Amino acid sequence: MKDFPFTEKKDTRSGFGAGLLELGRTNPNVVGLCADLTGSLKMDAFQKEFPERFFQVGIAEANMMGLAAGMTIGGKIPFTGTFANFSTGRVYDQIRQSIAYSGKNVKICASHAGLTLGEDGATHQILEDLGMMRMLPHMTVINPCDYNQTKAATIAIADHEGPVYLRFGRPVIPNFTPADQKFEIGKALILNEGTDVSIFATGHLVWKAILAGHILAEKGINAEIINIHTIKPLDAEAILKSVAKTGCAVTAEEHNRFGGLGDAVAQVLISNTPVPQEYVAVNDTFGESGTPDQLMEKYGLTENDIVAAVERAISRKK
Amino acid sequence: MNPHNKSIEELKDIASQVRRDIVRMVHAVNSGHPGGSLGCTDYFVSLYFKIMNYSTDFKMNGEGEDLFFLSNGHISPVWYSTLARAGFFDIKELATFRKLNSRLQGHPATEEGLEGIRIASGSLGQGLSVAVGAAQVKKLNKDNNLVYVLMGDGEVEEGQVWEAAMYAAHHKVDNIIATIDLNGQQIDGSTEEVMDLGDLRKKFEAFGWTVLETSGNNFETLIPGLEQAKAETGKGKPVMLLMHTEMGYGVDFMMGSHKWHGVAPNDEQLEIALQQLMVKHASDY
Repeated sequence: MKDFPFTEKKDTRSGFGAGLLELGRTNPNVVGLCADLTGSLKMDAFQKEFPERFFQVGIAEANMMGLAAGMTIGGKIPFTGTFANFSTGRVYDQIRQSIAYSGKNVKICASHAGLTLGEDGATHQILEDLGMMRMLPHMTVINPCDYNQTKAATIAIADHEGPVYLRFGRPVIPNFTPADQKFEIGKALILNEGTDVSIFATGHLVWKAILAGHILAEKGINAEIINIHTIKPLDAEAILKSVAKTGCAVTAEEHNRFGGLGDAVAQVLISNTPVPQEYVAVNDTFGESGTPDQLMEKYGLTENDIVAAVERAISRKK
Repeated sequence: MNPHNKSIEELKDIASQVRRDIVRMVHAVNSGHPGGSLGCTDYFVSLYFKIMNYSTDFKMNGEGEDLFFLSNGHISPVWYSTLARAGFFDIKELATFRKLNSRLQGHPATEEGLEGIRIASGSLGQGLSVAVGAAQVKKLNKDNNLVYVLMGDGEVEEGQVWEAAMYAAHHKVDNIIATIDLNGQQIDGSTEEVMDLGDLRKKFEAFGWTVLETSGNNFETLIPGLEQAKAETGKGKPVMLLMHTEMGYGVDFMMGSHKWHGVAPNDEQLEIALQQLMVKHASDY
């Protein structure tokens, strides 16, 4: 099992803020919109440096999505910022009609996704956003794993023509991906090569998968760990190539077990190479208040849950 | 420059032609929304044949020209007919309205690439936000052209309209002319019965808009009303034109009733409607 050294822990939302600031300096068409959460989204540096290209919308997310759609007409590349809950469920119809169906080049940037939002509780902890966004035709869905990758993804999506949902979060986590790693939309990244099981992880669960990989190695299990930062379009080729070698799969995501990464991978497997698959995901329930670590443990999203899922998957191999 | 710049007499002829297209289109597929389409015909004809600066060589980004957005997308028949008659696409294509594999979807869409359309609409309340965003980009791009948007009166029951109204005034988006089609009707009855809109003039003035009113079924007042709205742009406030129309205007049995919001005429009713709308042009599709 490879080591993944890191020098510091950082939040993925700060990666977004840094990426947006860099885009402001390199791409004059990039504009930012925020619904009264500029500090939480780390958009304040962009706002300060490019006030004429930043639009404070107030607490009006539906309007923000419509404004962003309109701003693409005339050539701008709008990046909207608010919490993941208010970026998706609250404005699904606006995204569906004015952005996705209309094919508009809007980047929907969503922070505080999932349980790791913590103490604010279930009203804000959306666990259904990947599913909602994945179901929309034309939509690209990205959930990067650390600060560096979120920054790289933010920069990359500006060059992608079409609507994108970019999901990130609040907690500080190990920043281990190379700072100079180019972000390729739709290209899964093999973090550790293995032969016994394929662990497909996204977002904050990628680091948990690495921790699980070390525990599994001590047990003599050689796990292949793949970072699925792009959930749509899904890298089916990488998934099938990996399970051809390992013969079973575990998916890990900070999301409801319905509609997210697990279901996306299952669709690929069942249509091509059916192999045992186990889900590490929230079991069709809402979250609650608590610290991020407490919540990840209570709802079954730790490295130990991944280890247990791997053992179940391996035991089901013929 | 408007590519047609017609006289009022010519506008009247074009409007009766567009109205004939509307009743034919909805009759042919026994579906669609004739009432609001007929009521707003004079507005569309005024914009596309007199008021707006645009090119029929359609470009999505709309740089250097006025933009129009239809928020109450269900009155697509009047828009499609006007676009075709203005030269955006072949008039014959109107016969495909609401049929399989058509670019003329029940509600306007960009998916099939129909020239003249820049956003999908149908789910109500979204067009003002889109138009305000497009207007702000015109300012960023130092493009002095205007953005027009039409909403239905029942549509302003949607909360997003008021989010956009508040935003446009706060950000001084003064290069937009929004119009509300005040026909007083919605699907379940009159707006007064279903959801009383109250005093829209006072409401939009309270939201920080410049508010004007005009008749929407009379070119002699509509053209000056639109010209006055243009004159009010660039003064730091968004402009609202409250346009009084009659649903179903031009066909006596469709006029003034919510019953023709989304119902097509039968064969006999079509013939009566066409007679009232003066069938005489060889260019009828």
